[in-house]
Amino acid sequence: MKNRIVNFFKWIYFLYYDGFTSMKVGKTLWLLIVIKLFVMFVIVKWLFFPDVLKENFHSDEERSAYILDTLTKER
Amino acid sequence: MEHTELLTDWSRAQFALTALYHWLFVPLTLGLTFIVAIMETIYVKTGDTKWKETTKFWMGLLAINFAIGLATGIIMEFEFGTNWSNYSWIVGDIFGAPLAIEGLMAFFLESTFFAVMFFGWNKVSKKTHLVSTWLVAVGSNLSALWILIANGWMQNPVGMKFNPDTARHEMVDFWALVFNPNAVSKFLHTISSGYVLASLFVIGISAWYLIKKRDTQFARRSIIVASSFGLITSLFLLTTGDESAHQVALNQPMKLAAMEGLYDGEERAGIVAFGLLDQTKEIGDEKDPFHFSFEIPGALSFLGYHDLNAFVPGIDNLIEGSEKYGLISVKEKMKRGKIAVASLAAYKRYKKQNNMPEAQKALKAFEANQKYMGYGYLKKPEDAVPNVALSFYSFHIMVGLGTWFLVLFAMSLYLSMINEMHKKKWFLYLALLTMPLAWVAQEAGWIVAEAGRQPWAIQDLLPVGMASSNISTTSVMITFWLFAVLFTALLIAEVKIMLKQIKIGPEGH
Repeated sequence: MKNRIVNFFKWIYFLYYDGFTSMKVGKTLWLLIVIKLFVMFVIVKWLFFPDVLKENFHSDEERSAYILDTLTKER
Repeated sequence: MEHTELLTDWSRAQFALTALYHWLFVPLTLGLTFIVAIMETIYVKTGDTKWKETTKFWMGLLAINFAIGLATGIIMEFEFGTNWSNYSWIVGDIFGAPLAIEGLMAFFLESTFFAVMFFGWNKVSKKTHLVSTWLVAVGSNLSALWILIANGWMQNPVGMKFNPDTARHEMVDFWALVFNPNAVSKFLHTISSGYVLASLFVIGISAWYLIKKRDTQFARRSIIVASSFGLITSLFLLTTGDESAHQVALNQPMKLAAMEGLYDGEERAGIVAFGLLDQTKEIGDEKDPFHFSFEIPGALSFLGYHDLNAFVPGIDNLIEGSEKYGLISVKEKMKRGKIAVASLAAYKRYKKQNNMPEAQKALKAFEANQKYMGYGYLKKPEDAVPNVALSFYSFHIMVGLGTWFLVLFAMSLYLSMINEMHKKKWFLYLALLTMPLAWVAQEAGWIVAEAGRQPWAIQDLLPVGMASSNISTTSVMITFWLFAVLFTALLIAEVKIMLKQIKIGPEGH
């Protein structure tokens, strides 16, 4: 049983390993994916996209109160 | 910081930009996964390695599209938290569940079976590989289901209850949310449009090979599969489109009126097959909305209400209301909406004072008028009308192109069956030129769906102005252009890599 599990994980490892090493266009695509994810998560998210309610308020009660104020403010 | 209309407009423009770019990639993945699965099924059934070669070529293009499009939707998640934080809070529970399911399902199904599909050709049996390919197709399409359920809820909010203490909509009926008729028709219409786009993509590229007189057998094989799949799914697209329009008529009559440029409602209303809107036309005036138009009598009544003689309300009727047809005027809805907002404020105030009897009274008044709450934020009745020209032209471009695609698939299948397609150069060029129009139709469809439901973020309950965050307009403008550059670069990369692979051809795979 233990051997079968080990073999299964070995099989998965080699599936990915052989797949990645024999890629042609795939290498360019992976490079693009890595650059894209870096730009999105590190630059864009970090610099420009804070979670406004999470950053400005400490608890869900405060967030609820703020939204209720916004919804019921006299216009 | 002042919360201005300019800020809301820029936040909307940014969301539209990211959604439209994201949608350049998604439908091709939705459709191409199925086409590839069909091709591989033929390979497994016949044992003919030419079908394996065909499958692998289109699978390569699918991989390029998938990799470039991957995570472009994440940007919209960022925007929910930053630009649309009020909205995200208010709908938290409704969006949370479907999106969490989507994330888990997409991650497990796609990451596992994608690997087997791309790397497993010589590692697993033919049948296991085929099952993986089908599971990728089903998994990709199912991940679209959850986001469309969330979108369907925004257009027809069901299965939820607003909690006045937390200011959040909470789910009370999961199945009502899942089987929301608007969500079901939207899901089916959207995925089938992806199948049509992918079929046109395969036919267009194959036509190029035939024009160039290279890889002709491969191209002909591909065209037969894509034409058959395209024709069947086009017919399905037609029926799901009909159901979508029916749902719009029932839940979003103002959107339907804008889509058709219908100001003065009528029984046995016709569909404008084509027409040119008069931009000087204003709500409530006597002018003809069109410089010229050609109508199909009764078709709009039938499309909207499945009854040739049904009354279809126009923009003027919906604004002014009509006792005869049971329509409440926007003015009256605004009055009730203001009562809902004031009652919510009173509930909050009395609760703070611990005056529970008065708080309960206020809550009852709120619940009685909550259906119209969003109208309480409108400044004038005309604000309830979406951009008519944008809705009208987008709708007609989508329908017109959809009709042309159906004709093209029928012709393509016929010419393939009689083995004449490669000889008809005019048709090959037509197929090639039609390919980009598939994306035009897709984007037009999204514009109808999203611009047509304005001013609402949640139909009748929350206008976009109330849904957006109070942040700096300049920062939204900067990120708008940042995304425009980023997504354009990704699009150029995709087109360049794809063109290179297409030029190499199926033998290079």
